[in-house]
Amino acid sequence: MAKVVIDNVRKVYPNGTEALSPSSLNIEDGEFIVLVGPSGCGKSTLLRMIAGLEDITEGSISIGERVVNTLDPAERDIAMVFQNYALYPHMSVYKNMAYGLKNRGMPKADIDTAVQKAAKLLHIEEFLNRKPSQLSGGQRQRVAMGRAIVRDPALFLFDEPLSNLDAKLRNQMRIEIRKLQRELGVTSIYVTHDQIEAMTMADRIAVLNTGKIEQIGTPAQIYHTPASIFVASFMGAPPMNILNGHYNGNGGLEIKDLGHVAVDHKLEVTGDIQVGIRPENVEIHRKEEPHTIPIKVDFLEELGAGRLLHTTIGSTPFIAHLDNEHQIDGETVFAHLPAKALHLFDASTGRRV
Amino acid sequence: MIKSQFKSPLFPYLLLLPQLSIVVIFFYWPAAEAIRSSFYLEDPFGFSSTFVGLDNFRDMVSRSDYVATAEFTIIFSVIVTLFSLAIALLLAVTADRVLRGASTYKTLLMWVYAIAPPVAALIGIMMFDTLVGPIARFFQALGWNYQLGTNRFDTAFAMIVISIWKQVPVNFIFFLSGLQGIPKSVQEAAAIDCASSTRRFWTITFPLLAPTGFFLLIINITYSLFDTFGIIDVVLKGEPGNNPVTLVYKVFLDGFRGNDLGGSSAQSVILMILVLILTVFQFRLIERRVHYN
Repeated sequence: MAKVVIDNVRKVYPNGTEALSPSSLNIEDGEFIVLVGPSGCGKSTLLRMIAGLEDITEGSISIGERVVNTLDPAERDIAMVFQNYALYPHMSVYKNMAYGLKNRGMPKADIDTAVQKAAKLLHIEEFLNRKPSQLSGGQRQRVAMGRAIVRDPALFLFDEPLSNLDAKLRNQMRIEIRKLQRELGVTSIYVTHDQIEAMTMADRIAVLNTGKIEQIGTPAQIYHTPASIFVASFMGAPPMNILNGHYNGNGGLEIKDLGHVAVDHKLEVTGDIQVGIRPENVEIHRKEEPHTIPIKVDFLEELGAGRLLHTTIGSTPFIAHLDNEHQIDGETVFAHLPAKALHLFDASTGRRV
Repeated sequence: MIKSQFKSPLFPYLLLLPQLSIVVIFFYWPAAEAIRSSFYLEDPFGFSSTFVGLDNFRDMVSRSDYVATAEFTIIFSVIVTLFSLAIALLLAVTADRVLRGASTYKTLLMWVYAIAPPVAALIGIMMFDTLVGPIARFFQALGWNYQLGTNRFDTAFAMIVISIWKQVPVNFIFFLSGLQGIPKSVQEAAAIDCASSTRRFWTITFPLLAPTGFFLLIINITYSLFDTFGIIDVVLKGEPGNNPVTLVYKVFLDGFRGNDLGGSSAQSVILMILVLILTVFQFRLIERRVHYN
């Protein structure tokens, strides 16, 4: 159990590409942090630097009170769960779990207690004598978790551990991992490209893009006050609608192809602005009302718990979420974009204004 | 899998015929002929032969030069196999650390394998030649009066070194591809689980290389027993004299130089049985024991 401090860590590969520009992140004891972003954003690089599998070009990483920059992976008191599980194929499940403890010179009896305890926690007692090749994907995942747990580390590292599982198992394991982590109270860093995993599992999320941390915050903060267009459109399914607009400096916001919207607070920038609104915040009316604009329904996507209305505004695709009681007939409906639900971003920097 | 039906049941056999005839003409027939002649005593000019039963075999095992040759062959094979595997493994592990997938380098390292055994031996002789060979001169400078072709031990030494040198590249390539076949994440998981890289090698890398290793073991035993013929022949310049030879070379000597076709056939039958045992060993025991996925 430990705090993790990532202080201005930078990664440059020998060929000159910068995988991670200087980034800082403080992780509290027992916290579950999710690093999320598209592939190539630097999230795995950061995780691997924390694990000691990649050299740190600049900056420092400390786990607990120790700066671990020059320590070998085995000396960092961490455990890692890999995407493809990385179980040792020639060892039984028991030996896979015991391997790390044995190498630390733990007495045999203590190893046995630890392995049995972890196996019981993960319901893999009956597989202890099997080889990894005789297990299903979900069972291998549990063994990989078990191998991490028995070591009783200061820090868990997860590198997209669920991406090889089917959707149903993934949902189940997501909950199990989170429950387990709460029970054990071990600080955890979890890398994923799946924003649903990030939203559901994290205490705090760090969203990365092109080697930079775009925003760090709780899932609610990330969702409701995204710091940039990238965060806004990456987090949330279906994604936030982004429209082009113009702000003339005194409360007048003009959205391209939609017209005038009143904003209640004065913005610090003038000029081109990008306007975002989440699909569930778009209000749809059957009849024309004040401050509504007519939109053509391209098609409706049935979700069961609701429906998604797809349309285009100008040439930009636009999605609105409809409740089930919302009946729609005809090809044209009227949309209202509530001013308080709008997210405004500087068109040139992409940052929130 | 696509299963096709033939109209005539004989047609598949017709398709097999070319392959079968090659196997029969070039493998089974000579083998059968060798077994047959091992029971006969043939006069040196090949005019007549007399059935002598197991006399050739009895004669063979009771002769001290055969026993000495067998002993040398065992020592030779063990040393060549062990060293060519060990050196190749060492090189492969070292290379694996620095080059993941640099194929030009791999190809360069592979080149020695492309050299025919007699050519390899010729190069070896140049290195070990008593008068001009740099290695021989080096030994002599160190105080070892190295005499290729005159001293039994010195000749054996050269044979062994050349045989190892010739075989290391092929082992190296197999080991290297075996090493690169071990998932990177498994190595990384091990790096987190185990601080000592030596221990990691013996507990993770080496067991995972075992399938490659066992395969190479058989290949190398076969190589050292049989394929080193060309090297030995060139090193001895066709005149063994007092120098040691292996069993295969003795078959050639007794049969074609000594014109003792019966005795040489008996020796080759023994070698045939040896190959048979090795093959069965390879297919049964090894393939069953070392199989993971």
